Amino acid sequence: MKSVAELQSIASQVRRDIVRQVWMAKSGHPGGSLGCADYLTALYFHQMNHRPDFSMKGEGEDLFFLSNGHISPVFYSVLARSGYFPVAELKSFREINSRLQGHPTTHEHLPGVRVASGSLGQGLSVALGAALGKKMNADPGIIYALTGDGELQEGQIWEAILAAAHYKLDNLIVAVDYNGQQIDGPTNKVMSLGDLKAKWIAFGWDVLELDGNNMQTVVDMLATASSKLHQSKPIVLLMKTQMGAGVDFMMGSHKWHGIAPNDEQCAAALNQLEETLGDY
Amino acid sequence: MSWDRFQSLEKKATRNGFGDGLLDAARANPEIVALCADLAGSLKMDLFEKEFPQRFIQCGISEANMIGMAAGLATVGKIPYTGTFANFSTGRVYDQIRQSVAYSNKNVKICASHAGLTLGEDGATHQILEDLGLMKMLPGMTVINPADYAQTRAAAAAIGRFEGPVYLRFGRPDWPVFLSNEEFVVGKALTLKEGKDVSIFATGHLLWNALEAVRLLEKEGIDCELINIHTIKPLDVDAILKSASKTKRVVSCEEHQRNGGLGDSIAQVLVQHMPCRQEYVAVNDSFGESGKPMELMEKYGLGIQHIVAAVKKLV
Repeated sequence: MKSVAELQSIASQVRRDIVRQVWMAKSGHPGGSLGCADYLTALYFHQMNHRPDFSMKGEGEDLFFLSNGHISPVFYSVLARSGYFPVAELKSFREINSRLQGHPTTHEHLPGVRVASGSLGQGLSVALGAALGKKMNADPGIIYALTGDGELQEGQIWEAILAAAHYKLDNLIVAVDYNGQQIDGPTNKVMSLGDLKAKWIAFGWDVLELDGNNMQTVVDMLATASSKLHQSKPIVLLMKTQMGAGVDFMMGSHKWHGIAPNDEQCAAALNQLEETLGDY
Repeated sequence: MSWDRFQSLEKKATRNGFGDGLLDAARANPEIVALCADLAGSLKMDLFEKEFPQRFIQCGISEANMIGMAAGLATVGKIPYTGTFANFSTGRVYDQIRQSVAYSNKNVKICASHAGLTLGEDGATHQILEDLGLMKMLPGMTVINPADYAQTRAAAAAIGRFEGPVYLRFGRPDWPVFLSNEEFVVGKALTLKEGKDVSIFATGHLLWNALEAVRLLEKEGIDCELINIHTIKPLDVDAILKSASKTKRVVSCEEHQRNGGLGDSIAQVLVQHMPCRQEYVAVNDSFGESGKPMELMEKYGLGIQHIVAAVKKLV
């Protein structure tokens, strides 16, 4: 467990890692990665009971599943900074012969990754299976999953939302990266999500809303979510974030969903993000 | 042992073999769980549900979610068997299988019933004839199409002891049971009859048709070798080459499109190592239709006489 100040400091380094990975690879998805930096930092450095000496089954551990696999830079950074693999390996992001594929995969045996994701809408179902399996195994571990908000346009997501409530998966905490942006523009213009809170409630979930870029709020809401576990309902955090959070010129639109900064833009971004744990 | 031993004393559906084999597997290994998309009765998974209610997961009509859940269950150490019709087990969920199961190397057993024309009256929407091709293209996927009740039962149990993703395909109709005393080994072809004139490689329901054809041909003095390729992938290349090197003539038989099925897998081996003539007994780039299984077999070129004719083209 770390203080909010310590978590903020780690998140700053995670953001630097995100920008530098995408800059070095000249491709990748900085927008959603930056928006979820606070949440994933809080999960891996504060909330989850997990072991960097990775085992696929993760017996007795809390497990995290990333459904919106394109935000791999933030996932790789928190895994490396947690000790799953050397931080210097972040240099290999999207390179040939790398374990850090454009979208996360188990195929290259990168510690910390439990399923491939990238094709959207699938990770929530996998998380459900793991949650059900944990219950069958009488394993107290909690399952965490993250999805994008644009990703909620996939039909499979709603199959999973329906099923999680049916199975009363109350060892499951799902977060939605509710940044309101997707590749082609604002989510409400591309395909409206409507009243998301009402929809999740109608499907039988416990719904919490929060500002996903305020570390104190994130930590508090994770505590609240934990207090609601084991009450016969799955839990969802509708997490309002800013795509590109932490870098002023990457915020406020969908523009930085999937493009890399050039040298100048990278330098400008890093200027806004304190180096707290040492760059790789 | 004489090949006369392959007689049908009774008829039973391969899906019954699956239901019984799943039970055999589950009794031997408590990590085995079963998921079903609202077709427990059709796949004979109700036996499992009754004996192991805590290990049975009803998924409703949500096949994509079922495949994803199976991947998650496998992640935490379970051995999930998913069950639905072959059409909904493959084409409908191809990307889910590709990413969450095959690419993620999850120990998931995708069990698919009502495959092919012999589904019968429900018609072409349900008669998938492309599933073997779809599944064999996925890296790391093992693909098995057993031929009768006994082999399906043995296969359903064997895949539980086998690490890695598997596609197990079987069918709806009552079908001759004739392999009760044969050993089943994943990836190992089964020779039913040795012969010198033509090699017949058959999978699934068509193995019985091929056996009947071989009997007719023998009366005409044509000595066929009959080999059952129950595992489409990995293919028993040695068995195929050994037989083809002897006969130099090959017939492949399958209840599947000729594009992308067993015949193409065999042709790929032959063209590389031992080019020789090959005839396909398969559906030729067509959808099926409603009808009785045997009527459909005849109309779409999968009948006993079609196999006889294919052999005669080569000799």
